[in-house]
Amino acid sequence: MKYVIIGNSAAGIGTVEGIREYDKDGEIVIISDEKYDTYSRPLISYILKGQVTEENMRYRNADFYEKNKVTKMLGKRVASINADKKEVSLESGETVSYDKLMVATGSKPFVPPMTGLDRVAKKFSFMKLDDEKAVKEAVFDGARVLIVGAGLIGLKAAEALEHYNAKMTVVDLANRILPSILDEDASEIMQKHIESKGVKFILNTSVSEFTENTATLANGETVEFDMVILAVGVRPNTELVKDAGGNVGRGIITDNKQLTSLKDVYAAGDCTESYDISIDGNRILAILPNAHNQGVVAGKNMAGKEAYYLNAFPMNAIGFFGLHIITAGSYDGEAMVETDGVNYKKLVVKDKQLKGFILMGKYIERAGIYTSLIREHITADECDYELMMKAPQMMAFNRERRNDKLAGGVGNEN
Amino acid sequence: MKRVYVNEDRCLGCHLCEFYCSFANSGADDMAKAFKLDMAATPRIKVEEGGDINFAVSCRHCSDPSCVNNCITGALSVHDGVIEIDESRCVGCYTCVLSCPYGCIVIDKKNGGKTITKCELCTRNSQGEPACVKGCLNSAIVFEERGED
Repeated sequence: MKYVIIGNSAAGIGTVEGIREYDKDGEIVIISDEKYDTYSRPLISYILKGQVTEENMRYRNADFYEKNKVTKMLGKRVASINADKKEVSLESGETVSYDKLMVATGSKPFVPPMTGLDRVAKKFSFMKLDDEKAVKEAVFDGARVLIVGAGLIGLKAAEALEHYNAKMTVVDLANRILPSILDEDASEIMQKHIESKGVKFILNTSVSEFTENTATLANGETVEFDMVILAVGVRPNTELVKDAGGNVGRGIITDNKQLTSLKDVYAAGDCTESYDISIDGNRILAILPNAHNQGVVAGKNMAGKEAYYLNAFPMNAIGFFGLHIITAGSYDGEAMVETDGVNYKKLVVKDKQLKGFILMGKYIERAGIYTSLIREHITADECDYELMMKAPQMMAFNRERRNDKLAGGVGNEN
Repeated sequence: MKRVYVNEDRCLGCHLCEFYCSFANSGADDMAKAFKLDMAATPRIKVEEGGDINFAVSCRHCSDPSCVNNCITGALSVHDGVIEIDESRCVGCYTCVLSCPYGCIVIDKKNGGKTITKCELCTRNSQGEPACVKGCLNSAIVFEERGED
Protein backbone atom coordinates (compact mmCIF):
# COMPACT_ATOMS: atom_id res chain seq x y z
CA MET A 1 0.00 0.00 0.00
CA LYS A 2 1.33 3.43 -0.91
CA TYR A 3 -0.02 6.51 0.80
CA VAL A 4 0.65 9.99 -0.50
CA ILE A 5 -0.09 13.02 1.67
CA ILE A 6 -0.16 16.53 0.25
CA GLY A 7 0.58 18.86 3.15
CA ASN A 8 2.97 18.63 6.09
CA SER A 9 1.05 20.43 8.82
CA ALA A 10 -1.45 19.26 11.47
CA ALA A 11 -3.81 17.35 9.15
CA GLY A 12 -1.01 15.69 7.22
CA ILE A 13 0.78 14.66 10.42
CA GLY A 14 -2.49 13.39 11.93
CA THR A 15 -2.93 11.29 8.79
CA VAL A 16 0.47 9.64 9.31
CA GLU A 17 -0.46 8.88 12.93
CA GLY A 18 -3.82 7.41 11.89
CA ILE A 19 -2.26 5.24 9.20
CA ARG A 20 0.52 3.97 11.46
CA GLU A 21 -1.93 2.81 14.11
CA TYR A 22 -3.01 0.10 11.69
CA ASP A 23 -0.40 -0.14 8.96
CA LYS A 24 3.17 -0.20 10.23
CA ASP A 25 4.85 -0.87 6.90
CA GLY A 26 2.97 0.75 4.00
CA GLU A 27 4.93 3.38 2.11
CA ILE A 28 4.08 6.96 3.13
CA VAL A 29 5.17 10.00 1.12
CA ILE A 30 4.55 13.57 2.30
CA ILE A 31 4.72 16.31 -0.31
CA SER A 32 4.81 19.93 0.79
CA ASP A 33 5.60 23.20 -0.91
CA GLU A 34 7.24 24.39 2.31
CA LYS A 35 10.80 23.29 2.85
CA TYR A 36 10.51 22.81 6.62
CA ASP A 37 9.78 19.79 8.76
CA THR A 38 6.35 20.05 10.34
CA TYR A 39 5.95 23.04 12.62
CA SER A 40 3.08 24.56 14.54
CA ARG A 41 1.74 27.42 12.46
CA PRO A 42 0.13 29.30 15.35
CA LEU A 43 3.60 29.58 16.88
CA ILE A 44 4.87 32.05 14.31
CA SER A 45 3.73 34.96 16.47
CA TYR A 46 5.61 33.47 19.43
CA ILE A 47 8.72 33.10 17.28
CA LEU A 48 8.40 36.69 16.13
CA LYS A 49 8.27 37.96 19.67
CA GLY A 50 11.11 35.69 20.72
CA GLN A 51 9.19 33.52 23.19
CA VAL A 52 9.83 30.30 21.26
CA THR A 53 12.89 29.19 19.33
CA GLU A 54 12.56 27.75 15.84
CA GLU A 55 13.74 24.42 17.25
CA ASN A 56 10.88 24.42 19.77
CA MET A 57 8.18 25.21 17.21
CA ARG A 58 8.39 21.70 15.76
CA TYR A 59 4.94 20.11 15.88
CA ARG A 60 6.46 16.65 16.28
CA ASN A 61 9.84 15.43 17.46
CA ALA A 62 12.67 15.63 14.95
CA ASP A 63 12.69 11.83 14.54
CA PHE A 64 8.99 11.71 13.59
CA TYR A 65 9.58 11.00 9.89
CA GLU A 66 12.22 8.36 10.48
CA LYS A 67 10.23 6.64 13.22
CA ASN A 68 7.12 6.54 11.07
CA LYS A 69 9.01 5.63 7.90
CA VAL A 70 7.83 8.68 6.00
CA THR A 71 9.55 9.84 2.81
CA LYS A 72 9.62 13.63 2.62
CA MET A 73 9.33 15.54 -0.64
CA LEU A 74 9.67 19.08 0.67
CA GLY A 75 9.80 22.32 -1.27
CA LYS A 76 7.71 20.72 -4.01
CA ARG A 77 4.31 21.86 -5.15
CA VAL A 78 1.63 19.55 -6.49
CA ALA A 79 0.20 20.83 -9.77
CA SER A 80 -2.62 18.35 -10.28
CA ILE A 81 -4.29 15.14 -9.20
CA ASN A 82 -5.24 12.48 -11.73
CA ALA A 83 -7.77 10.41 -9.81
CA ASP A 84 -8.23 7.90 -12.65
CA LYS A 85 -4.54 7.13 -13.03
CA LYS A 86 -4.08 7.52 -9.26
CA GLU A 87 -1.13 9.84 -9.48
CA VAL A 88 -0.22 13.41 -8.67
CA SER A 89 1.88 15.62 -10.90
CA LEU A 90 4.31 18.08 -9.39
CA GLU A 91 5.25 21.46 -10.79
CA SER A 92 8.77 20.10 -11.10
CA GLY A 93 7.50 17.66 -13.73
CA GLU A 94 7.72 14.56 -11.52
CA THR A 95 4.73 12.29 -11.01
CA VAL A 96 4.00 10.33 -7.85
CA SER A 97 1.60 7.41 -7.85
CA TYR A 98 -0.62 6.49 -4.91
CA ASP A 99 -3.05 3.90 -3.67
CA LYS A 100 -4.60 6.31 -1.17
CA LEU A 101 -4.21 10.07 -1.32
CA MET A 102 -4.65 12.68 1.41
CA VAL A 103 -5.25 16.29 0.46
CA ALA A 104 -4.28 18.43 3.43
CA THR A 105 -3.55 21.62 1.61
CA GLY A 106 -4.74 24.06 4.27
CA SER A 107 -5.74 27.58 3.46
CA LYS A 108 -4.26 30.70 1.95
CA PRO A 109 -4.60 34.38 2.79
CA PHE A 110 -7.53 36.16 1.20
CA VAL A 111 -6.48 39.60 0.01
CA PRO A 112 -9.35 41.63 -1.42
CA PRO A 113 -8.52 43.96 -4.28
CA MET A 114 -7.29 47.26 -2.83
CA THR A 115 -6.29 50.18 -5.02
CA GLY A 116 -2.57 50.86 -4.98
CA LEU A 117 -1.61 47.80 -2.94
CA ASP A 118 1.03 46.99 -5.55
CA ARG A 119 2.76 50.25 -4.64
CA VAL A 120 3.37 49.02 -1.08
CA ALA A 121 6.81 47.43 -0.90
CA LYS A 122 6.62 46.11 2.64
CA LYS A 123 3.41 44.08 2.84
CA PHE A 124 3.06 40.70 4.46
CA SER A 125 0.66 37.90 5.18
CA PHE A 126 1.12 36.17 8.53
CA MET A 127 0.37 32.47 8.21
CA LYS A 128 3.62 30.64 7.53
CA LEU A 129 7.14 30.53 8.91
CA ASP A 130 8.41 32.30 5.79
CA ASP A 131 5.94 35.12 6.49
CA GLU A 132 7.34 35.42 10.00
CA LYS A 133 10.90 35.52 8.68
CA ALA A 134 9.98 38.24 6.19
CA VAL A 135 8.23 40.33 8.86
CA LYS A 136 11.16 39.96 11.23
CA GLU A 137 13.52 41.07 8.47
CA ALA A 138 11.43 44.16 7.73
CA VAL A 139 10.42 45.32 11.20
CA PHE A 140 12.54 47.76 13.22
CA ASP A 141 12.21 49.35 16.61
CA GLY A 142 9.31 51.79 16.62
CA ALA A 143 8.10 50.83 13.14
CA ARG A 144 4.66 52.09 12.15
CA VAL A 145 2.60 49.04 11.26
CA LEU A 146 -0.80 49.01 9.62
CA ILE A 147 -2.66 45.77 10.23
CA VAL A 148 -5.60 45.18 7.92
CA GLY A 149 -7.93 42.77 9.72
CA ALA A 150 -8.89 42.57 13.41
CA GLY A 151 -9.20 38.80 13.49
CA LEU A 152 -7.10 36.10 15.15
CA ILE A 153 -4.17 36.40 12.75
CA GLY A 154 -3.98 40.19 12.69
CA LEU A 155 -4.16 40.49 16.46
CA LYS A 156 -1.60 37.74 17.12
CA ALA A 157 0.71 39.65 14.77
CA ALA A 158 0.00 42.80 16.80
CA GLU A 159 0.86 41.03 20.05
CA ALA A 160 4.20 39.94 18.62
CA LEU A 161 5.02 43.31 17.09
CA GLU A 162 4.55 45.04 20.43
CA HIS A 163 7.92 43.53 21.30
CA TYR A 164 9.43 45.77 18.61
CA ASN A 165 7.72 48.85 20.08
CA ALA A 166 5.73 49.02 16.87
CA LYS A 167 3.17 51.80 16.54
CA MET A 168 0.20 49.82 15.37
CA THR A 169 -3.07 50.71 13.72
CA VAL A 170 -5.59 47.97 13.06
CA VAL A 171 -8.26 48.62 10.43
CA ASP A 172 -11.29 46.39 9.91
CA LEU A 173 -14.50 46.63 7.96
CA ALA A 174 -16.42 45.02 10.83
CA ASN A 175 -17.62 47.15 13.72
CA ARG A 176 -15.81 45.03 16.30
CA ILE A 177 -12.75 42.84 16.77
CA LEU A 178 -12.62 39.03 16.70
CA PRO A 179 -16.22 38.63 15.51
CA SER A 180 -15.58 35.00 14.55
CA ILE A 181 -15.18 33.91 18.17
CA LEU A 182 -16.55 36.66 20.45
CA ASP A 183 -19.90 38.32 21.02
CA GLU A 184 -20.19 42.12 21.14
CA ASP A 185 -19.56 42.54 24.86
CA ALA A 186 -16.50 40.28 24.87
CA SER A 187 -15.17 42.04 21.75
CA GLU A 188 -15.42 45.34 23.56
CA ILE A 189 -13.55 44.05 26.61
CA MET A 190 -10.77 42.64 24.46
CA GLN A 191 -10.57 45.77 22.33
CA LYS A 192 -10.14 47.96 25.43
CA HIS A 193 -7.50 45.58 26.73
CA ILE A 194 -5.51 45.68 23.49
CA GLU A 195 -5.94 49.45 23.21
CA SER A 196 -4.45 49.77 26.69
CA LYS A 197 -1.28 48.26 25.20
CA GLY A 198 -1.06 51.09 22.72
CA VAL A 199 -2.72 49.56 19.66
CA LYS A 200 -5.12 51.86 17.79
CA PHE A 201 -8.26 50.47 16.18
CA ILE A 202 -10.14 52.06 13.30
CA LEU A 203 -13.25 49.95 12.73
CA ASN A 204 -16.22 50.13 10.38
CA THR A 205 -14.02 51.12 7.50
CA SER A 206 -11.58 49.83 4.93
CA VAL A 207 -8.58 51.00 2.95
CA SER A 208 -9.71 52.73 -0.20
CA GLU A 209 -6.24 53.50 -1.53
CA PHE A 210 -2.60 52.78 -0.76
CA THR A 211 0.48 54.74 -1.68
CA GLU A 212 3.92 53.44 -0.77
CA ASN A 213 3.65 54.59 2.85
CA THR A 214 0.08 55.77 3.39
CA ALA A 215 -3.37 54.30 3.40
CA THR A 216 -6.41 56.43 2.78
CA LEU A 217 -9.44 54.94 4.46
CA ALA A 218 -13.02 54.96 3.24
CA ASN A 219 -13.96 57.13 6.24
CA GLY A 220 -11.50 59.81 5.09
CA GLU A 221 -8.74 59.16 7.62
CA THR A 222 -5.15 58.63 6.54
CA VAL A 223 -2.76 56.18 8.16
CA GLU A 224 0.99 56.41 7.61
CA PHE A 225 2.97 53.22 7.87
CA ASP A 226 6.36 51.61 7.39
CA MET A 227 4.87 48.19 6.75
CA VAL A 228 1.49 46.49 6.27
CA ILE A 229 0.22 43.16 7.62
CA LEU A 230 -2.63 41.78 5.50
CA ALA A 231 -4.88 39.63 7.66
CA VAL A 232 -8.34 40.07 6.19
CA GLY A 233 -9.19 36.41 6.06
CA VAL A 234 -8.29 33.00 4.70
CA ARG A 235 -9.67 30.77 1.96
CA PRO A 236 -9.40 26.97 1.74
CA ASN A 237 -7.02 25.57 -0.87
CA THR A 238 -9.56 23.53 -2.81
CA GLU A 239 -8.22 23.84 -6.35
CA LEU A 240 -6.48 20.46 -6.63
CA VAL A 241 -9.62 18.53 -5.79
CA LYS A 242 -11.88 20.83 -7.77
CA ASP A 243 -9.71 20.59 -10.89
CA ALA A 244 -9.66 16.80 -10.55
CA GLY A 245 -13.47 16.82 -10.69
CA GLY A 246 -14.12 16.45 -6.95
CA ASN A 247 -17.00 17.95 -5.01
CA VAL A 248 -16.11 21.35 -3.61
CA GLY A 249 -18.24 23.95 -1.86
CA ARG A 250 -16.56 26.67 0.14
CA GLY A 251 -14.19 23.92 1.19
CA ILE A 252 -13.55 20.40 -0.03
CA ILE A 253 -16.60 18.23 0.69
CA THR A 254 -15.95 14.95 2.47
CA ASP A 255 -18.04 12.30 4.15
CA ASN A 256 -17.58 11.59 7.84
CA LYS A 257 -14.71 9.23 7.03
CA GLN A 258 -12.96 12.23 5.40
CA LEU A 259 -13.33 10.66 1.94
CA THR A 260 -13.89 13.15 -0.89
CA SER A 261 -16.14 12.42 -3.86
CA LEU A 262 -13.03 11.14 -5.69
CA LYS A 263 -12.14 7.49 -5.31
CA ASP A 264 -9.39 6.89 -2.74
CA VAL A 265 -8.85 10.63 -2.26
CA TYR A 266 -9.28 11.90 1.30
CA ALA A 267 -9.11 15.43 2.65
CA ALA A 268 -8.70 16.94 6.11
CA GLY A 269 -8.08 20.24 7.86
CA ASP A 270 -8.53 23.85 6.84
CA CYS A 271 -9.14 22.99 3.17
CA THR A 272 -12.34 21.09 4.01
CA GLU A 273 -15.85 21.76 5.21
CA SER A 274 -16.89 20.07 8.45
CA TYR A 275 -20.26 19.15 9.81
CA ASP A 276 -20.68 21.37 12.88
CA ILE A 277 -22.97 19.80 15.49
CA SER A 278 -23.53 23.13 17.23
CA ILE A 279 -25.26 24.65 14.18
CA ASP A 280 -26.36 21.38 12.59
CA GLY A 281 -24.73 22.28 9.29
CA ASN A 282 -21.54 22.46 7.27
CA ARG A 283 -18.94 25.14 7.80
CA ILE A 284 -15.21 25.65 7.56
CA LEU A 285 -13.66 24.84 10.93
CA ALA A 286 -10.19 26.18 10.36
CA ILE A 287 -8.77 25.24 13.74
CA LEU A 288 -5.72 23.17 14.40
CA PRO A 289 -7.19 20.43 16.65
CA ASN A 290 -9.88 19.81 14.06
CA ALA A 291 -7.24 19.45 11.34
CA HIS A 292 -5.18 16.98 13.35
CA ASN A 293 -8.14 14.88 14.45
CA GLN A 294 -9.65 14.75 10.97
CA GLY A 295 -6.27 13.65 9.70
CA VAL A 296 -6.15 10.81 12.23
CA VAL A 297 -9.63 9.62 11.21
CA ALA A 298 -8.72 9.82 7.52
CA GLY A 299 -5.48 7.94 8.12
CA LYS A 300 -7.28 5.10 9.87
CA ASN A 301 -9.74 4.78 7.00
CA MET A 302 -6.93 4.92 4.46
CA ALA A 303 -5.29 2.03 6.29
CA GLY A 304 -8.53 0.06 6.13
CA LYS A 305 -9.82 0.68 9.65
CA GLU A 306 -13.29 2.20 9.72
CA ALA A 307 -13.37 5.46 11.68
CA TYR A 308 -15.65 8.47 11.72
CA TYR A 309 -15.17 12.14 12.42
CA LEU A 310 -18.20 13.14 14.42
CA ASN A 311 -18.98 15.78 16.96
CA ALA A 312 -17.04 18.62 15.38
CA PHE A 313 -17.74 22.16 16.53
CA PRO A 314 -15.76 25.37 16.66
CA MET A 315 -13.49 25.84 19.65
CA ASN A 316 -10.69 28.24 20.31
CA ALA A 317 -8.24 28.89 23.08
CA ILE A 318 -6.13 31.95 22.52
CA GLY A 319 -4.71 34.90 24.40
CA PHE A 320 -3.87 38.46 23.43
CA PHE A 321 -1.47 40.58 25.46
CA GLY A 322 -2.04 38.35 28.50
CA LEU A 323 -5.84 38.21 28.39
CA HIS A 324 -7.02 34.70 27.63
CA ILE A 325 -10.14 33.49 25.88
CA ILE A 326 -11.64 30.03 25.62
CA THR A 327 -14.70 29.68 23.40
CA ALA A 328 -16.70 26.83 21.90
CA GLY A 329 -19.86 26.01 20.02
CA SER A 330 -22.66 28.32 18.95
CA TYR A 331 -24.06 31.37 20.74
CA ASP A 332 -27.62 30.89 19.56
CA GLY A 333 -29.81 30.25 22.58
CA GLU A 334 -30.55 31.51 26.05
CA ALA A 335 -27.50 33.29 27.47
CA MET A 336 -26.26 33.50 31.04
CA VAL A 337 -23.65 36.21 31.45
CA GLU A 338 -21.35 37.09 34.33
CA THR A 339 -18.81 39.90 34.01
CA ASP A 340 -16.97 42.57 35.93
CA GLY A 341 -15.95 44.46 32.82
CA VAL A 342 -12.61 42.66 32.52
CA ASN A 343 -13.42 39.00 33.04
CA TYR A 344 -16.33 37.61 31.07
CA LYS A 345 -18.35 34.44 31.08
CA LYS A 346 -21.21 33.62 28.77
CA LEU A 347 -22.94 30.27 28.69
CA VAL A 348 -25.52 29.58 26.01
CA VAL A 349 -28.19 26.95 26.61
CA LYS A 350 -30.76 25.72 24.12
CA ASP A 351 -33.11 22.75 24.47
CA LYS A 352 -31.87 22.20 28.03
CA GLN A 353 -28.34 21.71 26.78
CA LEU A 354 -25.15 23.78 26.74
CA LYS A 355 -24.48 24.76 23.13
CA GLY A 356 -21.67 27.24 23.44
CA PHE A 357 -19.61 29.45 25.74
CA ILE A 358 -17.24 32.39 25.92
CA LEU A 359 -14.84 32.48 28.86
CA MET A 360 -12.35 35.28 29.36
CA GLY A 361 -9.78 36.01 32.04
CA LYS A 362 -10.39 34.33 35.37
CA TYR A 363 -13.24 32.16 34.05
CA ILE A 364 -11.17 29.93 31.79
CA GLU A 365 -10.09 27.29 34.30
CA ARG A 366 -11.42 23.76 33.77
CA ALA A 367 -13.28 24.93 30.65
CA GLY A 368 -12.99 21.45 29.15
CA ILE A 369 -15.76 20.21 31.43
CA TYR A 370 -18.08 22.63 29.61
CA THR A 371 -16.70 21.47 26.27
CA SER A 372 -17.57 17.90 27.24
CA LEU A 373 -21.19 18.91 27.89
CA ILE A 374 -21.44 20.14 24.30
CA ARG A 375 -19.54 17.22 22.81
CA GLU A 376 -21.40 14.55 24.77
CA HIS A 377 -24.79 16.27 24.45
CA ILE A 378 -25.28 16.22 28.22
CA THR A 379 -28.58 17.87 29.13
CA ALA A 380 -29.87 19.52 32.29
CA ASP A 381 -31.64 16.23 33.09
CA GLU A 382 -28.34 14.44 33.34
CA CYS A 383 -26.36 16.76 35.59
CA ASP A 384 -26.89 19.63 38.02
CA TYR A 385 -26.83 22.50 35.51
CA GLU A 386 -27.27 25.13 38.20
CA LEU A 387 -24.08 24.00 39.92
CA MET A 388 -22.33 23.44 36.64
CA MET A 389 -23.12 26.94 35.41
CA LYS A 390 -21.55 28.43 38.53
CA ALA A 391 -18.24 26.80 37.65
CA PRO A 392 -17.19 23.78 35.63
CA GLN A 393 -16.92 20.87 38.06
CA MET A 394 -17.25 17.11 38.28
CA MET A 395 -19.42 17.58 41.37
CA ALA A 396 -22.32 18.54 39.11
CA PHE A 397 -22.59 14.99 37.79
CA ASN A 398 -24.42 12.47 39.88
CA ARG A 399 -22.24 10.01 41.73
CA GLU A 400 -22.69 7.15 39.33
CA ARG A 401 -21.92 9.22 36.26
CA ARG A 402 -18.99 10.92 37.95
CA ASN A 403 -17.43 7.66 39.04
CA ASP A 404 -18.02 6.25 35.62
CA LYS A 405 -16.26 9.21 34.03
CA LEU A 406 -13.36 9.31 36.47
CA ALA A 407 -12.83 5.57 36.27
CA GLY A 408 -12.86 5.57 32.50
CA GLY A 409 -9.78 7.40 31.43
CA VAL A 410 -10.26 6.53 27.81
CA GLY A 411 -10.63 10.04 26.43
CA ASN A 412 -13.53 11.07 24.33
CA GLU A 413 -12.35 12.18 20.93
CA ASN A 414 -14.63 10.44 18.49
CA MET B 1 -1.88 0.73 33.46
CA LYS B 2 -1.80 2.00 37.02
CA ARG B 3 -3.79 5.16 37.60
CA VAL B 4 -4.74 7.36 40.53
CA TYR B 5 -8.30 6.74 41.69
CA VAL B 6 -10.26 8.43 44.41
CA ASN B 7 -12.76 6.87 46.77
CA GLU B 8 -15.17 9.66 47.55
CA ASP B 9 -16.57 7.81 50.55
CA ARG B 10 -13.21 8.15 52.26
CA CYS B 11 -12.20 11.64 51.12
CA LEU B 12 -12.43 14.20 53.94
CA GLY B 13 -11.71 17.17 51.69
CA CYS B 14 -8.59 18.03 53.70
CA HIS B 15 -6.57 19.13 50.63
CA LEU B 16 -3.45 17.36 51.91
CA CYS B 17 -3.05 15.74 48.50
CA GLU B 18 -2.76 19.18 46.94
CA PHE B 19 0.00 20.09 49.40
CA TYR B 20 1.89 16.86 48.78
CA CYS B 21 1.61 17.46 45.05
CA SER B 22 2.93 21.00 45.41
CA PHE B 23 5.82 19.77 47.50
CA ALA B 24 6.63 16.79 45.29
CA ASN B 25 7.00 19.03 42.27
CA SER B 26 8.76 21.88 44.04
CA GLY B 27 12.28 20.49 43.88
CA ALA B 28 12.67 21.28 47.60
CA ASP B 29 13.93 18.56 49.92
CA ASP B 30 11.48 19.16 52.72
CA MET B 31 7.91 20.31 52.84
CA ALA B 32 8.36 23.24 55.22
CA LYS B 33 11.09 24.65 53.01
CA ALA B 34 8.94 24.24 49.91
CA PHE B 35 6.13 26.31 51.32
CA LYS B 36 8.10 28.77 53.42
CA LEU B 37 10.50 29.61 50.61
CA ASP B 38 7.68 29.89 48.10
CA MET B 39 9.05 26.98 46.09
CA ALA B 40 5.80 25.01 46.14
CA ALA B 41 4.58 24.08 42.68
CA THR B 42 1.06 24.67 41.40
CA PRO B 43 -0.86 21.56 42.53
CA ARG B 44 -1.89 19.24 39.70
CA ILE B 45 -4.58 17.56 41.75
CA LYS B 46 -7.73 19.39 42.79
CA VAL B 47 -10.16 18.67 45.60
CA GLU B 48 -13.79 19.39 44.88
CA GLU B 49 -15.82 20.02 48.00
CA GLY B 50 -19.55 19.59 48.25
CA GLY B 51 -20.52 19.41 51.88
CA ASP B 52 -21.11 15.70 52.34
CA ILE B 53 -19.15 14.72 49.27
CA ASN B 54 -15.52 15.48 48.60
CA PHE B 55 -13.14 14.03 46.08
CA ALA B 56 -9.84 14.77 44.40
CA VAL B 57 -9.48 14.92 40.63
CA SER B 58 -6.27 14.53 38.68
CA CYS B 59 -5.28 13.56 35.14
CA ARG B 60 -6.89 10.29 34.03
CA HIS B 61 -4.05 9.56 31.58
CA CYS B 62 -6.63 8.74 28.93
CA SER B 63 -5.74 6.20 26.30
CA ASP B 64 -7.04 8.51 23.56
CA PRO B 65 -6.39 11.87 25.18
CA SER B 66 -8.10 15.00 23.86
CA CYS B 67 -5.43 17.23 25.37
CA VAL B 68 -2.67 15.50 23.38
CA ASN B 69 -4.76 15.18 20.21
CA ASN B 70 -5.66 18.85 20.32
CA CYS B 71 -2.34 20.34 21.48
CA ILE B 72 -1.35 22.90 18.88
CA THR B 73 2.38 22.72 19.53
CA GLY B 74 3.15 19.09 20.25
CA ALA B 75 4.09 19.94 23.84
CA LEU B 76 1.84 17.21 25.22
CA SER B 77 2.68 13.60 24.45
CA VAL B 78 2.25 10.10 25.85
CA HIS B 79 5.17 8.08 27.24
CA ASP B 80 4.46 4.59 28.53
CA GLY B 81 0.87 5.61 29.09
CA VAL B 82 1.74 8.76 31.03
CA ILE B 83 0.70 12.08 29.49
CA GLU B 84 3.64 14.45 29.82
CA ILE B 85 4.11 18.14 29.21
CA ASP B 86 7.26 19.53 27.61
CA GLU B 87 7.21 23.02 29.09
CA SER B 88 9.77 24.27 26.60
CA ARG B 89 7.24 23.77 23.81
CA CYS B 90 4.17 25.04 25.68
CA VAL B 91 3.10 28.63 24.95
CA GLY B 92 0.16 28.68 27.35
CA CYS B 93 -2.57 28.82 24.69
CA TYR B 94 -4.72 26.58 26.92
CA THR B 95 -6.20 24.49 24.09
CA CYS B 96 -5.70 21.53 26.44
CA VAL B 97 -7.66 23.33 29.18
CA LEU B 98 -10.44 23.71 26.61
CA SER B 99 -10.17 20.01 25.73
CA CYS B 100 -9.86 18.06 28.99
CA PRO B 101 -13.28 16.70 29.98
CA TYR B 102 -12.17 16.30 33.59
CA GLY B 103 -10.76 19.78 34.09
CA CYS B 104 -7.39 18.30 34.97
CA ILE B 105 -5.06 20.50 32.97
CA VAL B 106 -3.81 23.15 35.34
CA ILE B 107 -2.74 26.66 34.44
CA ASP B 108 0.69 27.05 36.03
CA LYS B 109 0.17 30.10 38.24
CA LYS B 110 3.70 29.65 39.54
CA ASN B 111 5.07 30.97 36.25
CA GLY B 112 2.27 33.45 35.67
CA GLY B 113 0.35 31.10 33.42
CA LYS B 114 3.04 31.01 30.74
CA THR B 115 2.60 27.25 30.52
CA ILE B 116 0.22 24.61 31.76
CA THR B 117 1.15 21.89 34.16
CA LYS B 118 -0.41 18.53 34.88
CA CYS B 119 -0.15 15.30 36.83
CA GLU B 120 2.58 13.04 35.48
CA LEU B 121 2.09 10.43 38.21
CA CYS B 122 5.30 11.71 39.84
CA THR B 123 7.35 10.02 37.11
CA ARG B 124 9.40 13.14 36.45
CA ASN B 125 10.16 14.14 40.03
CA SER B 126 12.05 12.37 42.79
CA GLN B 127 8.99 10.73 44.35
CA GLY B 128 8.88 7.49 42.38
CA GLU B 129 5.19 7.02 43.03
CA PRO B 130 2.34 9.51 43.28
CA ALA B 131 2.90 11.74 46.33
CA CYS B 132 -0.82 12.48 46.65
CA VAL B 133 -1.47 8.78 47.24
CA LYS B 134 1.38 8.37 49.74
CA GLY B 135 0.29 11.46 51.63
CA CYS B 136 -3.44 10.75 51.85
CA LEU B 137 -4.26 10.19 55.53
CA ASN B 138 -7.44 8.27 54.94
CA SER B 139 -6.42 6.14 51.94
CA ALA B 140 -9.00 7.95 49.87
CA ILE B 141 -6.65 8.09 46.90
CA VAL B 142 -5.16 4.90 45.54
CA PHE B 143 -2.70 4.09 42.77
CA GLU B 144 -3.68 0.84 41.16
CA GLU B 145 -4.32 -1.22 38.07
CA ARG B 146 -7.99 -1.56 37.29
CA GLY B 147 -7.61 -3.26 33.98
CA GLU B 148 -9.15 -0.72 31.58
CA ASP B 149 -5.96 -0.89 29.57
